[in-house]
Amino acid sequence: MQRLRSLLPAAVLLASGALQAPPALAMELDIREVGPGTWALIGRTEDLSPQNGGNIANAGFIATPEGVVVIDTSASRTLGEAWRAAIEARTKGRIVRVYNTHLHPDHILGNQAFPAEALATLPPTRQSIQEVGEAFNDNLYRMVGEAMKGTNVVVPRQLAQAGTTEFGGHRIRVMAMQGHSAADLVVFDETTGTLFTGDLVFFDRAPTTPHADLARWRESLDTLAALPFKRMVPGHGPVLDDRRGIDMTRRWIDWLERTFTEAAQAGLDMNELLARPLPAEWASLPLAASEYRRSVAHLYPAIERRVLSATVSQ
Amino acid sequence: MSEEQRQPRFLLPMVVACMLASAAAAQTPADPLGDRGRWADMQRQFYQGGEIIFDPRVRIEVPANAEDAMNVPVAVDARALAGEQIDRIVVVADYNPILKVLEFEPTAVAPYLAFRMKVQQSTPIRAGVRLRDGRWLVGSAVVSSQGGGCTAPSAGRGVAGWERTLNTVSAKQFSSSAGNRLRFSVLHPMDTGLANGIPAFFIDELSIRDGEGRTVARIWPAEPVSENPVFTLELAGIQRVTQIEGRDNNGNKVLGTLR
Repeated sequence: MQRLRSLLPAAVLLASGALQAPPALAMELDIREVGPGTWALIGRTEDLSPQNGGNIANAGFIATPEGVVVIDTSASRTLGEAWRAAIEARTKGRIVRVYNTHLHPDHILGNQAFPAEALATLPPTRQSIQEVGEAFNDNLYRMVGEAMKGTNVVVPRQLAQAGTTEFGGHRIRVMAMQGHSAADLVVFDETTGTLFTGDLVFFDRAPTTPHADLARWRESLDTLAALPFKRMVPGHGPVLDDRRGIDMTRRWIDWLERTFTEAAQAGLDMNELLARPLPAEWASLPLAASEYRRSVAHLYPAIERRVLSATVSQ
Repeated sequence: MSEEQRQPRFLLPMVVACMLASAAAAQTPADPLGDRGRWADMQRQFYQGGEIIFDPRVRIEVPANAEDAMNVPVAVDARALAGEQIDRIVVVADYNPILKVLEFEPTAVAPYLAFRMKVQQSTPIRAGVRLRDGRWLVGSAVVSSQGGGCTAPSAGRGVAGWERTLNTVSAKQFSSSAGNRLRFSVLHPMDTGLANGIPAFFIDELSIRDGEGRTVARIWPAEPVSENPVFTLELAGIQRVTQIEGRDNNGNKVLGTLR
């Protein structure tokens, strides 16, 4: 596996109008060739910060003789522009399709840097980006700061449809799944065996759950595990040639649900759950402590309501 | 029923407050949060009529960072005040657009209440425990938030048919070595009135009764309490809660009977 790094082009620095480059602009993008004509941008397994400029999510592209298919656009205008420049440095092809895997800002706020007519996503994701995209953008500005400068939300015009198409010698299957969010788009290049899972799979970084439906997420993991992939680009974490990412993600969401259900059955309040230490199993997983705490806020209200409802009478 | 009963309790301290205002002001110790809050305003509006003591035995648990500004978990725990004659507990948030969060009267239960609330931005949360002798024992904590919880419409408003489940009570009693605990929720949008075009609509009174029909605790929630509120009470000597009764500010009844 060849590993290349590209410095953000100077043009981006100039375009941003900054006299002094903020930390994010001096950062390198980690871009790797993962299969025939297939590349991945590997974000850092960190939380959003001014230091990483929002570069925490993975993305990918497939270069074919008929054009380039891009999967996700990273977290800002600056990152999107650097990602596009990196793609164009590696293929002469025209960018014909840019998929947004799901609604989360670390994957889609680079849309601005790509041809508007090529942007596509599943219908619920398009609606979500329309509704909450600006709030996401504001939130990232608070967390990342200067590196978000000039970033605008661009809602994909095209609606992606599930199905397999022959394109430039690649059989590309687009799959509509759910669980990490209300609509998770998965791209499987059957020709090269490369699977882009979006955030249905995390590896070496705790999964995030702000819009999760754990039962549906499990079903999607089953579907992914049954695919004949040779390699997988997860939404966060390193490229894998096995099912370790699927397994880790499943173990994490199973553990969350079990822990929260037991806590609700024991009558724990949210603060008591937040105060619990992580089990040793997760001690070394990056962001496990902070994602556990965030997940309490996301998932506990519904789980505790189920427990309380079981004994109601009017 | 409580409005009539509450009125005198509120009036008396205000009269006394006017008489003692200068003396009380001179006695007030410095806010342990310093310039992170606006204690003087909170005291003027909510904690009048007696000596103020910032007391570490009045604990407020909040997460340092609020992941969801619409649902910030808060636990007020004054159980360390065992032996003190507690009248009521008043919870406020210095930097919310609506300052008062709720009042709680632990008539026969432990002085402990956990719930969730909306915050508009990072803010101190205060719990003032009013003793029968008029003193206020005050605890504080700061929650940091990205904000926006008070001016957003409730999530349930977007779900068709929310009126049909309005004021549905769910409850469960838990027993452990630490004692009996009651957790209950009421389905209600708890609209603050600050979201565009949606008037204030919130549960403003709840009474918790035991098997003999005695009121063992009362809660007067205000607008900042979260949508579909969930409350946790420590029942101390109370063996069995059988009824949760109340109403919202539009007069809709809340009534749940536990099996």
